[in-house]
Parts: sequence; C-alpha cells; structure tokens
Amino acid sequence: MKVLVPVKRVVDYNVKVRVKADGTGVDIANVKMSMNPFDEIAVEEAMRLREAGTVTEIVAVSLGPTACQETLRTALAMGADRAILVETGVELQPLAVAKCLKALVARESPQLVILGKQAIDDDSNQTGQMLAALLGWPQGTFASKVKIAGGGAEVIREIDGGLETLSLQLPAIITTDLRLNEPRYVTLPNIMKAKKKPLDTVKPEDLGVDVTPRLATLKVEEPPKRKAGARVADVNELVQKLRNEAKVIS
Amino acid sequence: MTTYIAPVRDMMFVLNELADLQEVGALPGCEEVNPELVESILDEAGKFASEIIAPLNASGDRQGSRLEKDGAVKSPEGFKQAYRKFVENGWGALSCPPEFGGQGLPQIVAKPVQEMWKAANLSFSLCPMLTQGAIEALVHHASPQLRETFLPKMVSGEWRGTMNLTEPQAGSDLAAVRSRAEPEGDHYRIYGMKIFITWGEQDLTGNIVHLVLARLPDAPEGVKGISLFVVPKFLVNPDGSLGRRNDLQCVSLEHKMGIHASPTAVMAYGDKEGAIGYLVGQPNRGLEYMFTMMNHARLAVGLEGLAISDRAYQQALNYAKERVQGRALTQPGAGRVTIIHHPDVRRMLMSMKSQVEAMRAVAYLTAGYMDQAARHPDKTERARYQGLVDFMTPVVKGWCTENSIEITSTGIQVHGGMGFIEETGACQHMRDARITTIYEGTTGIQANDLIGRKMARENGTTLKVLLEIMRADQAKVARVSDPDFNAIAASQNAGLDAVAECAEWVVKTYHQDPAQAAAVAVPFLMLIGTVCGGWQMGRAALVARERLAAQEGDESFHKAKIKTSRFYADHILPRAVAYRHAVVQGAEDALALEENQF
Repeated sequence: MKVLVPVKRVVDYNVKVRVKADGTGVDIANVKMSMNPFDEIAVEEAMRLREAGTVTEIVAVSLGPTACQETLRTALAMGADRAILVETGVELQPLAVAKCLKALVARESPQLVILGKQAIDDDSNQTGQMLAALLGWPQGTFASKVKIAGGGAEVIREIDGGLETLSLQLPAIITTDLRLNEPRYVTLPNIMKAKKKPLDTVKPEDLGVDVTPRLATLKVEEPPKRKAGARVADVNELVQKLRNEAKVIS
Repeated sequence: MTTYIAPVRDMMFVLNELADLQEVGALPGCEEVNPELVESILDEAGKFASEIIAPLNASGDRQGSRLEKDGAVKSPEGFKQAYRKFVENGWGALSCPPEFGGQGLPQIVAKPVQEMWKAANLSFSLCPMLTQGAIEALVHHASPQLRETFLPKMVSGEWRGTMNLTEPQAGSDLAAVRSRAEPEGDHYRIYGMKIFITWGEQDLTGNIVHLVLARLPDAPEGVKGISLFVVPKFLVNPDGSLGRRNDLQCVSLEHKMGIHASPTAVMAYGDKEGAIGYLVGQPNRGLEYMFTMMNHARLAVGLEGLAISDRAYQQALNYAKERVQGRALTQPGAGRVTIIHHPDVRRMLMSMKSQVEAMRAVAYLTAGYMDQAARHPDKTERARYQGLVDFMTPVVKGWCTENSIEITSTGIQVHGGMGFIEETGACQHMRDARITTIYEGTTGIQANDLIGRKMARENGTTLKVLLEIMRADQAKVARVSDPDFNAIAASQNAGLDAVAECAEWVVKTYHQDPAQAAAVAVPFLMLIGTVCGGWQMGRAALVARERLAAQEGDESFHKAKIKTSRFYADHILPRAVAYRHAVVQGAEDALALEENQF
C-alpha cells in the first residue's frame, strides 16, 4: 500500500515569531525553518506502518518555494522513499493545497494520505478535511491511534470529553494529533541516503490547479500584551470581579 | 540551568565563509560534502545534542559515575539510554573509515558535530571521543586480524575504546612507563597499573577495548622501549562473540573537580594470571603510534574549550535577559530592567561572544587544514597543509582551553551571586572546563611543542607562511574606509607586528638557550592564538560587509558580526601587545629566583 504524506515548511517551533513592521504578515526572512511538528508525526506514523508491513511506499509532498526541498530532504532522511515538490512562489492557502494534493492523489493513487492536523504557523486545521471532501474519501482527524486491517482503518481520535473510535474504508484521509506517536531522531546514515533518493518537482499548473489566494489578509498584529494581575483580598472579591469585571459568571 | 541550542548559523557561517568547506568538498572522497548536506547534519545533530544529551549534563554532574562493590561502574541515570540512541543513530561513526562501517566524513564536518556533543555534555562526549582515538590507532597500525576483530564494533559504537598511557610515576613523562608485557604464544600477558583512564570502566557498552602502553621484557629504556597493546575487557571468540572476562579491573574512581559523570578509572592489569593483550604494529613503537593521533586528540580538546565556552555564554545570556535588577543608567527614572541593560554586563557578554566566535573560526579552519593534509591529491600541498596542522594544533588546544577558563568564569560573573550557587548551572561549566588545559598535554606542554618542534626545528617557516596570509588579509581590512574596519585593521597590525617580532626572538633564543624560550612559551602560544582569532574575526567582518552590501542573508547577524569583530579588536586583540612584552622581556624574570627564594 502506498501512503502520501504532505509536509509543510514552517517557522521552527523554537523561534519567537515576530510580526512584520508593516503588518502584512510574520517575518520569516532569515528565520530558522523546519518541518511542521504535526507533519513529523505523520511521517513517523507512515514509517511505523511500513515497519509493520502494511505500507510499501511512502511519498512525501511539500508545496511552496524551492526551499521546501530542505523539508522534503528531512522527510526522506526520516525514511520516506521519494518526494515531490509542488513548486510555487504564490502564498498557498489550505484550499489551494488541498486541490494540489487531490491532483497528486489522482497521479499516485495512494490508499492513505496522512497529514498533520494543522500547521503551527497559521493553525488553519483545514487541509486534511478539505482534501477528504474534494476526494469524497472518509476522514479520521486528530488521530491518536491508527490501526490498518482488512481494507479499512480504525482510528481513535481525541475529542472533548474522551476518545472516539472510527472505522474507515480505505482509501482514506488521516490527520495526526500530538499523542499519535513520538517521531524518531533522524540517523546519520539516513541523512546520507536521503541525498540519493528521488525528489521530483512539479508546478501547480502541471497539476491543473489555480492556486491564486481566495482570502485576503487585511492585517497581522501581535496579540495584546497581558496586563498585570491584581491581588484579591478574599473569595467574595474574586467572585465579584468575575461577575462584574470579567463577566464570566452571572 | 538552561538548555543548549547548537549555534548552527554561526557554525555554517564559519564553514562556508572562513574555513573553506567548498574546497574540502572538492577533495577526493568528499564528493558528497556540500553546504546543504552539512547543514542538515548539523541541524539533526543539534537536535540530538539539545534534546537527548544536554538534559543529562546537570544531573550527570550531580550523580557522577559510581564504582560498585564488584568493580563495575554505574553511569549516571539516563546515560545508558542516551548512549544507545547515539549509537543507533550512527553518530559515533561519522568520520570513521567506510571500510569498517563509518561514513568517512571529513574533519570539517566532524568537528562542528563534536563541538555540539561537548557543549551539550562534556562528560558524555568523552566516551565516543576516546573511542575515536583508539579507532585511529588501530586503523593505522594494527594487523588486519586485529582490525577485523575490533574495528567494526568500535566504529558502530557497540564497543568503545580507551587510552591507557598514564601511570602514577609516568604522567606527562611517558618514558617512565613501567607496565610490562610478556610474550605467550600469539599474544602477551599484561601486568601493571594505569591511572586517569577516562571511561576506563562503564556500563554503556558490551565490551571495552583498552589500548595499553607497556614494555616488552627486552625493551630498551625510555620512550623507545614502549609498545602498544589491545587489551579487551572481554576476550573475543573466533566467531566474534564475547568470551571470558580478561584479567583487568577498575580498582577505583577519582574524585574530581569537574566532569563528574565521566568515570576516571584506576585500572589494574594482570592481578591474577596476567591480562591477555595483542601487540599493535611493531614492538617498541607504541609511543610513536600514540602520537599519530595526538593532533586529533589535541584539536578535540581545543574544541572542548570552545564548546564549554559557548555553553557558558548561552547560559549567561539567558540569565542576563531574564534577571531583573536595578535601573538603566541612561533612564534612571524608568522601571527596573533586565541586567543585559547594564553596560558592564554587556561588556562581559561581548567578551564571551567575541572570543567564542574567534575560537570557532580558528578551530574549524584547522579542521579544514587537516582534511587538506589527509586528502589533497598533490603531495606538496599535503605537506604544506600538514605543516599548518602541526603548527595550529597546540595553538588551538592551548589557547581555546585557557580562554575557556576565563570565559566560563565570566559566565559566573554575569550571574552575580546566583552564579556561585551550584543549582544555577553556571559553576559546572567552569569546573568542567578546568581539566581541558591539563589533559592531552598541559598548556605548558603545548607551548613547548609549539616553540620547539613547530618553530625552532624549522626556523619558524610555517609561521612565516601563516604571517604572510594574515598580512594579506589584514591589508584587505585596512582598505575598507569605515571606522570599524580602520580600528580592526590597526589592532590586527599591532598584533601581527608582535607575532613577527616574537617569532624571531623565539627561534633565536631557543637555539641559544631553550630554557629562556620555554619560560615564555605560554605567553607566546597565547599571542599566536589571540592574533589568529583577530585575523579570523577580521575576515568575518569583511564577509559580513560584502553580504550587507549585496543585501544577502541575515542583516542583523552580519551587522552583529562586524561589531563583534570590532569588540574583539578593541578589547581582546590588544592583549597581543602585552604578550609580546612578556615574551621578549620577561624570560629572565621568570627564571630569576633560586629555588630556595620561593
């Protein structure tokens, strides 16, 4: 079985993100970039399925500028077999990404697409769901456990108040939650091997997808600074403040 | 205590712009080496260093390695698992020969990665580092049979190697080695006591491959009568499986000032029937074999000076950005500020940062020379680079480690009172750094090596070559019309004049009265290191200026590079003038008193 794993190049989770002075977005010039952590979990899950004998080929996909090759090399070093870059300088929004992925699914015919549930830069949490809708495939989002057996997938997902178990028919879409697995460290021999693995590049036009943004960003600004707290004398004062100032209880 | 973040950006800057990574990539056997590959290696190694090795640094220091009743050594909590991951991820094999399962990557890649292990956890890093030395000794000198038996598992890291040189009466002076080896069939029986054996006994690997210096019964006195033996903890069966326990054991562990997690063992060989050992190479050439890996080992300890300094800098910087204390001099009416706003704290941080960057550049440059010396297709070029390696090795070792004592101490000072408190984590770096000026040859021994073998013996030829290169680069700095560059060029010029004058003095004096030269060998070594640092910081400033003009890369990083170089030129490089004075004026003063006048 073939698995497609989309991976996104994002600002590294250690970097303190700064808003650009002109308010058009966040500053990513000369900032350390790395693979979206949820996507690392997706690659790891694909690896585990391959080690279990369920999966035979893992294809990593990234979309964006040439620099996304680095992210794909990381996926290859983690263990993906080959990689595809959908290269474009245009700002990509979830729907455009989902459309490109749909076109790639048509080319590659995977039985499973495993995605991170969201990217830590825009936190959209949309691509997996949109892709499922475009393909008309079943989806198991926020997976914390995945089991593949008998042409189907059993996905345990984390929901408010507990766990939900879904049974999906393959082909299907799975998006990963934080507790699905702990991604392995990349080994040195695999970094060396990754250089020799195939990495193909296509353009959105080649896939017949118009990636022009449909949403316009009006303004990006820092969240308001947290104000200093105040000490309350007793429970009564606290209740009063919660009721009258914060207005969170009535 | 804070965590460690590998300074990949500065490392890549040095590799790409100062240490000629591209040129090393053009050498035979290095075809795969390019900036992209190296950056991905450094990224992943950095992650491993920060997340797996660094968190064990403070706990390892507190717990230390412990000797159990049965002679076994228990490493601090977490070390065993971390070492297993280190091996599984292939990090131990990075620069080892491909024929034994290594990746065969050049030193210019290996050294930055080593810096990360050392900065993350110096004690931990010593375990793979000494294995590296043992591997080199076996690769170059052991019989095919010994290589086949031991190397693949040492390269993978499943077994590790140790170096057994020192004995109670034979420290820096190995001529006094008394351990003996008696022939018995195809092997030898080894008897003797070895001390200061780093990771000499441990619970991280299934077998330990000890390399031991000992004398054969008919061996001549002194250094020419010492042979090198492989003495495994467990004998190895013909099928490669582990056989019976050899007659050797750890009889105690030293209580040390630092590197507590690294067990420093006293090893007893042959207390019962004699430990079985195998001769490496020819009889009586053990010391010579040891010296073939000395450059690597010494450069590695130099890197320790750099690494621990960077760790101390990161720790101090974090604290300075968090600790709120006092008000800013310029805005006394405003609120309380973090201490990084205080001018003297700034000065201390700049002093740490500028020296760390200078040391990194000089160390990696030397690593690149090593690769050229080992792999350049042209024999004359190989010899030229080997000359530079031989010259720079004692400098990197002595200068970087001496600096690390100053820098880790400044790191404590930045913290104020909290720096003196162990829990803060600044103390450990200073305690750990303290050994680096001592082992693998003290600073005094490095300096004697520098003025004797590396200067006087060849009448200062290599230094003359180096001076020419440095002069040419200084001229480039001097041509830039900009106040920062003018200041850097002027300071460089004074430093280079000092080097030229002292070089002449050292060569002349060494031939006339070596004791006089030796009395100021350390200031001479520090002079060379300090000026080389200034040379590289000047080059770095030039590159940064070009990048800024072309609007390429990280503007803030490049601007900081120029200012850091300027700081080095104004605060650190002028030490060259003082060293010069000590060298040309101070030799007699050092020797002026009779012993009973002390």
